[in-house]
Amino acid sequence: MCTYQTTTLPVEGSGKGAEGWFTVTDATVYFDHPVHAPAAHTLNIDLINPSRGAGARVAVELDPDAARQLALAILETLERVPDELKVTSTPA
Amino acid sequence: MSTDAMRAETVTIEGHEGDAIEAYLAQPLAGDPTGGVVVIHHMPGYDEPTKEITRRFAAQGYLAICPNLYSREAPGASPDDAAAAARAQGGVPDARLVGDVGGAAAFLRSHSSSNGKVATIGYCSGGRQSFLAACSLDLDAAVDCYGAFVVGTPPDGFPLSVEPIVHLAKDLSCPLLGLFGAEDQYPSPEQVDELEQALKEADKEFEFHSYEDAGHAFFAVDRPSYRPEAAKDGWQRIWEFFGRNLAG
Repeated sequence: MCTYQTTTLPVEGSGKGAEGWFTVTDATVYFDHPVHAPAAHTLNIDLINPSRGAGARVAVELDPDAARQLALAILETLERVPDELKVTSTPA
Repeated sequence: MSTDAMRAETVTIEGHEGDAIEAYLAQPLAGDPTGGVVVIHHMPGYDEPTKEITRRFAAQGYLAICPNLYSREAPGASPDDAAAAARAQGGVPDARLVGDVGGAAAFLRSHSSSNGKVATIGYCSGGRQSFLAACSLDLDAAVDCYGAFVVGTPPDGFPLSVEPIVHLAKDLSCPLLGLFGAEDQYPSPEQVDELEQALKEADKEFEFHSYEDAGHAFFAVDRPSYRPEAAKDGWQRIWEFFGRNLAG
């Protein structure tokens, strides 16, 4: 089915899309039909910047187990960051 | 000119609130005045497989048009980028969908090859939208291919606005053909039965088929869900249904 279920959140950073690097401002996360991956449903992540148009998008479609492992890897990596390096991307 | 000559191309039509929207038009170039089909694309978008389906109706002798429901969110974008942009902005509102389908139906009816009859067909989210359009517009036939959330309540946390619309059954303006996979859970066989019951209570004309060994998206030739036997039979049902309801 089309699940419709979508989580949106603001993000800060950069992404490399079809036309090169761009500033990303938002992310959408959803479990729904993939466009490319050979599966009925995948965990899909779009890193976007709506002000730059729909083409400013870094898109991934992941097997659900792989997505879970990736999420854990993200959290573990952040956990291992030394305290002195835990700064935000926004200058103080 | 050969009797099977046809043409397919991108056009601009008037949609909801008079907005200019992109659409893909496929038409036979020979033959008598014929019925028209509005093809409602699925959530992944106005893509090549959907355009292929649109051409298939023209090859069968019908006018067919697929409005780009994401024209406003991402004009000129690739189909998957447009779908992602629309999803991030909350999806296609029901009222806008009805307006765009109404504009597409009017476009077909005004075509020089039209016999005045128009149907809608939709797959997946488009199946729900086909039912919605048929309950909101004056149509001659509608096909719902495995549309989820015609009945049933979306789970908690669905930010996209997808309300059940079974209560609109009393307003269905035309015969309805429903094609479903018996292994599908959205809609489940129980939900299909619930829709069937609502249509019976509203004394509406309908024809449902549920295919064993088929789940959701069994018509989709580019997905693992494709089920050739169900799809072949489903297409035959569609031709027979349109033959009865779109004849001049």
